[in-house]
Amino acid sequence: MLSGHAESIYWLGRYVERAEDGARLANVHANLLLDLPRKYTFGWAPLIAITGYSDLFAEHYKEATERNVVRFLIADEKNPGSILSSLAFARENARLLRDLLPREAWEQINELYLRARQDAGNSLAQGRRYDYLEAVIRGAQQLSGTLAGTMAHDYPYDFLRLGLAIERADMTTRIIDVRSANLLDGSARSQDGPSDLAPFETIQWMSVLRSLSGYQVYRQTVRGPVSHADVLRFLLTDTRFPRSIGFCLAQMDTLLRRLPRSSTISRDIQKLVDELEHVDFDRLDRQALHRYTDELQVGFGRLHDRIAATYFLNGPATTTGAPAT
Amino acid sequence: MAINWKTYPARGVYDTLLAAPGEVRPVASSLCDYLASLSEKEVRDRRAAADLAIRNLGITFTVYSEEGGSIDRAWPFDIIPRVIARNEWTRVERGLRQRVEALNLFIDDIYHDQRIVKDKVFPAELLADSKNFRPQCIGATPAHGIWAHICGSDLVRDKDGTIYVLEDNLRVPSGVSYMLENRLVMKRVFPELFANSTILPVDDYPSQLFDCLSSLSPRRGRRPEVVVLTPGIHNSAYFEHAYLAQQMGAELCLGSDLVVGDDDCVYKKAITGLERVDVIYRRIDDLFLDPEAFDSGSVIGVKGLFRAWRNGKVGLANAPGAGVADDKVVYAFVPDMIRYYLDEDAILPNVPTYKCVDRKERDYVLANLAKLVVKPANESGGYGMLIGPQGSAKDIEDFARHIRRDPRNYIAQPLITLSTAPTLVDDHVEPRHVDLRPFILSSKSTYVTTGGLTRVALRKGSTVVNSSQGGGSKDTWIVDHEAS
Repeated sequence: MLSGHAESIYWLGRYVERAEDGARLANVHANLLLDLPRKYTFGWAPLIAITGYSDLFAEHYKEATERNVVRFLIADEKNPGSILSSLAFARENARLLRDLLPREAWEQINELYLRARQDAGNSLAQGRRYDYLEAVIRGAQQLSGTLAGTMAHDYPYDFLRLGLAIERADMTTRIIDVRSANLLDGSARSQDGPSDLAPFETIQWMSVLRSLSGYQVYRQTVRGPVSHADVLRFLLTDTRFPRSIGFCLAQMDTLLRRLPRSSTISRDIQKLVDELEHVDFDRLDRQALHRYTDELQVGFGRLHDRIAATYFLNGPATTTGAPAT
Repeated sequence: MAINWKTYPARGVYDTLLAAPGEVRPVASSLCDYLASLSEKEVRDRRAAADLAIRNLGITFTVYSEEGGSIDRAWPFDIIPRVIARNEWTRVERGLRQRVEALNLFIDDIYHDQRIVKDKVFPAELLADSKNFRPQCIGATPAHGIWAHICGSDLVRDKDGTIYVLEDNLRVPSGVSYMLENRLVMKRVFPELFANSTILPVDDYPSQLFDCLSSLSPRRGRRPEVVVLTPGIHNSAYFEHAYLAQQMGAELCLGSDLVVGDDDCVYKKAITGLERVDVIYRRIDDLFLDPEAFDSGSVIGVKGLFRAWRNGKVGLANAPGAGVADDKVVYAFVPDMIRYYLDEDAILPNVPTYKCVDRKERDYVLANLAKLVVKPANESGGYGMLIGPQGSAKDIEDFARHIRRDPRNYIAQPLITLSTAPTLVDDHVEPRHVDLRPFILSSKSTYVTTGGLTRVALRKGSTVVNSSQGGGSKDTWIVDHEAS
């Protein structure tokens, strides 16, 4: 398999996943705002920090109003990390792969981008935003299904899934970070004292789980109440839920074992897995969690560089990767 | 009834389906009867079905724009096929084989002994300033002595029905993928027509192409590694490059995917390391192919590729330098080449061509500019051309000056009125001008496509068939009406 093709299809996987997870991120945030009492709302600004594009945002917008943030994160093609940009990059990579991709997969990517661009206005209207984001998520899911069901399960497909998995792991840390950046563990007290926020704690962790389509699996596997420590343990270490970081790392390891020259990368993955096993979730407060998700993101960045140096034409290409916060 | 052949204005110009209003040619009779039996709604539905099939099959051509990046446009397609009788096609096919054989002999001769120049059949000065002559190629010996492995020749019919060769594309001819896709669309839209008549199939082109390319491999006795080399996604024919790679099971490469080693072999950069490549179907022009041998500023080529080819380490199709025979002035000499190399008369005539390099012919051209079409040797796409009957007095004066200053660079031809084919316009049919591009593969053996790509000028009265300028295409049927 050509290195150039490996690189393009890996990025195709990353960009499609980034668009899907971007939609999930925006959804979880919007739901969170709806659940909170008005006096605790913290607006949309933290989302920009989480995606790592604060400077770029400041260059183009004066204020972090809801409308500006939403436009920047979803529909602004000047933001290389926006949903629309991710879909555009996915499409450009798919175009380089037209000889390799099943025809219907190319068609779906093309349509997904064209529709997202055409309906971009809807993402700004609060009442239609949910449908818009859902359509992006569903389109990405449909594409994964088409590829799984029609492509040869060979190196190209492995690189696609490698891209999906690393991006998904990275974005799951960011979605968890939304919750940690502002939220209501013991240390985030309002001026009225901590007591009146306690009821919202559960609701908010539920909404994080839902945004990752993980609520049902959580209930089935954890079989306990929705609590801060249990949800984190589930999202970071569970090896059965496909959006948890433990699962993504295990999947990357399996994929890499099938690829040539992968032993150093496998060792890096094992290091990350070992670290995860030593986290004390009961003691992870807001700041510690934020620090830890940052560390994970840096770890994923190194993993990417290692993959790029081993297999790709252009070597580590950090400029196109998701910047760590 | 939506289509009424009695009111179809087949007058003055040769029409491919009708001899006169209401008078369908025998070869097209079952097709025309069938089309006339469809209601307006049925015609509309079939057309919609074809549009949908084109969208779903992802048949596109690329238009590049500054703001939008590359845009894929749906391929404009007309559902009424163009029909040619099998016995007529057999003759055309023989003519094409003959022509391409002579062209390959000519190229090989030009890069070796230049007997045709020494024997004064082809003027030396034409060679000296030919833009597509590559001195670097002198003495090269490509496999089988073949240089132009893939040739696309443009055929036109004049108003009396005579088929002429308008030009031969020997560099990187495109369009064959649309020929294949058009047939796929037609089978989806009109399956019953295929069930009831003998329409010869076109689908074996990709395997023929693969065989042709494989035969150029420098390494014997193993499955050759064939790749397609594309300039990239912004090229207008990128769809075709990807399509042919996919159909042949070959990898589609950019220049950056390939590297030439110290051993002069070509390698592709694979995830497992470097893997040797045997044959490259290159869709990049000579000049951009290798910055070491040609244009040093090329970023889409592969450094050292020419050296690898010269040293017999890789097969290139078409061979560098094959374009020397793809030139409007050289074209004028093709009938002479056929006589010189094959001792035969040309089966397919050239459009009558006056070479301005010849004094007598130049005098005729200068005296008759208002009646003639004047073309420069090497520009393509209709730039820098004079269409005498439509030109102003000033245009004609300008061209007379150009010709006197640089006679070698010009030829002149009478204005050909391209034949027409019935084409769906809204809910009825109107005549539109068409041409035909068959593709000829040459290696150990020769293969000619069954028919080719029919291009149609969709604008009324227009003769410009290019897809970027309002052209579309039709399925081309070679029909054995005596068999059915």
